[in-house]
Amino acid sequence: MNVVVCVKQIPDPSVPGQLEADHTLDRSAKPILDESDSFGVEMALQLVDAAGGGEVTLISLAPNGEVSGLRTALAMGAAKAVLASDDAFAGTDALGTAKVLAKCIERVGDADLVLAATESSDGYTGTVPVQVAELLGWPALTFAKKVDIADGVVTIQRQTEAGYDVVQSSLPAVVSVTAGVVEPRYPSFKGIMAAKSKPVDNVTAADLGLDGQVGWAGARQSIVKVEQAPARLAGEKFEDDGTAAEKIVAFLEDLKVI
Amino acid sequence: MDFELSDEQQQFRGVVREFAEAEIAPNAQVWDRDHTFPVETVLAMGRLGLFGLVFPTEYGGASADFATYCVALEEIARVDSSMAITLEAGVSLGAAPFFYDGTEAQKQEYLVPMVAGEVLGAFGLTEADAGSDAGNTRTTANLDHSREKWTVNGQKTFITNSGTPITKCVTVTARTNSDTTGPPEISTIVIDSGTEGFTVMPAYRKMGWHASDTHELVFDNCEVPADHLLGEPGGGLKSFLRILDDGRIAIAALAVGVIQACLEQSVEHAKGRNAFGGPIGRYQSIAFKCSDMAVSLENARNLIYKAAWLRDKGRPIRRAAAMAKLYATEAAVRATSDAVQIFGGYGFMDDTPVSRYYRDAKILEIGEGTSEIQRLVLARDLGLPVE
Repeated sequence: MNVVVCVKQIPDPSVPGQLEADHTLDRSAKPILDESDSFGVEMALQLVDAAGGGEVTLISLAPNGEVSGLRTALAMGAAKAVLASDDAFAGTDALGTAKVLAKCIERVGDADLVLAATESSDGYTGTVPVQVAELLGWPALTFAKKVDIADGVVTIQRQTEAGYDVVQSSLPAVVSVTAGVVEPRYPSFKGIMAAKSKPVDNVTAADLGLDGQVGWAGARQSIVKVEQAPARLAGEKFEDDGTAAEKIVAFLEDLKVI
Repeated sequence: MDFELSDEQQQFRGVVREFAEAEIAPNAQVWDRDHTFPVETVLAMGRLGLFGLVFPTEYGGASADFATYCVALEEIARVDSSMAITLEAGVSLGAAPFFYDGTEAQKQEYLVPMVAGEVLGAFGLTEADAGSDAGNTRTTANLDHSREKWTVNGQKTFITNSGTPITKCVTVTARTNSDTTGPPEISTIVIDSGTEGFTVMPAYRKMGWHASDTHELVFDNCEVPADHLLGEPGGGLKSFLRILDDGRIAIAALAVGVIQACLEQSVEHAKGRNAFGGPIGRYQSIAFKCSDMAVSLENARNLIYKAAWLRDKGRPIRRAAAMAKLYATEAAVRATSDAVQIFGGYGFMDDTPVSRYYRDAKILEIGEGTSEIQRLVLARDLGLPVE
């Protein structure tokens, strides 16, 4: 059982983010593993462990050949990584990212399952996992809060507002997992030392055959403007003159919440 | 010369800090209040590999250097000294004797599960009338050759990790010569938890370290198999001196974590607490305490890393370990006292972590060789005829 996990290396959320002139996030500082991806890494490690064999491979698109986030996931126990890093990727939009990741998955070659977070903690488009599945022509199972593999079939519990749906598909497949699907382990010092020598396959746009399809040139989306979210408006106040209860009920009925 | 920790050590510091802040810090106050030994969290520290850092990979350890172990102790002590001493005693007093002196069979039976953090070992040296003067040990162990058993009689005081639900054994120093006129032959005997005749007395009521497990142990005709001798007969003194040298660096690392926490919390409070129309940090009486704390932190940290480095180079460490322990622990006591003073009335409240740090710090000047013993070691090293 070989599992590929899409991981994003993002600017440390505990440091206030800065925007570049082109409205993209300043990514010059040392990035960290997106916490939402640590759940996928842990899930993958547990699935491979339960299957009694195979390995976990990470794939990541990052500028400047950054590996610090990958090293964290390698320290948790992933076996190897493919890192797509190339100036030509600058400006790549969500679909472009999916193309890069799909090519990386093909490059890995023997994946039975691809795991991704439902969305990244910096971009939040939430579209990449299904785009990857579409590009590969594989089933996409999304918002998994539980993942089981048996006899070449993946079964997930898909988180819904009311509870969960049980969704099944054949393998290979792409599954996006929610935070909390499993409790990520802390990397041990032994794991950190081992991660130093684990292979990271550095690939460029040309290596993936994506020249001209990614980066600013290939992007179909552009960020036109970035603005502060509007301040929340003051709520409506009801002074209790004996009719406040009815007014509140009417207000809530208007909103169709009761 | 290089004063930087490696990238991997720095990454590891980040992991231990994350663990400490997520798994220990939110509970430390309640564990302290209720005198809880948090078994599940200790086991989680084991899964993180903290108990095996300095031991070889062939026994399940990480073969890390001693500075890496110091980093882990610092980060745990930064949030909770009780958990740090559980780790320190588990490694330096529990597992190390088996690593240094154990037969291969003893290593497999005791060291391997200790390295994995699945069980704890305790080390029984101190008695009512013997501590650093271990030659006065009154506990006896007599070998009956025909039955191939040791019979142990005596008591041990202040023994850390000796009565937890995961304590596997205690190694005790005992007189093993029947001739009471000659110099005592001190040997080390392994006594498994639950052995008949081995009583763990109720936990002590202590000034601090409330979440750490400390007991008096009583041995009343307690019989263990002959192969429970650890190391050579009469090798107990030499063995425990080596163990204490390592332990002193480790206790100093724990003290560094305490100073680090006091500095961070004092500075934050000095910036945020207002009096007479502004933050109290604008008063030199507050600000300079923080400056002095920063200096002592730097000094203490440099002393422990230097001592750890000497140890890893196989160089003599007695002097460096004594200096590190003496300086860092006294600086920690001063830092906790200053931190409480900076916090004022808040510092006296249990809700404020520095009040716990203050209660927890004093023992650092006492355990694993008092400050006075460290000064004695250093005075002798200087060639002084000190008694």
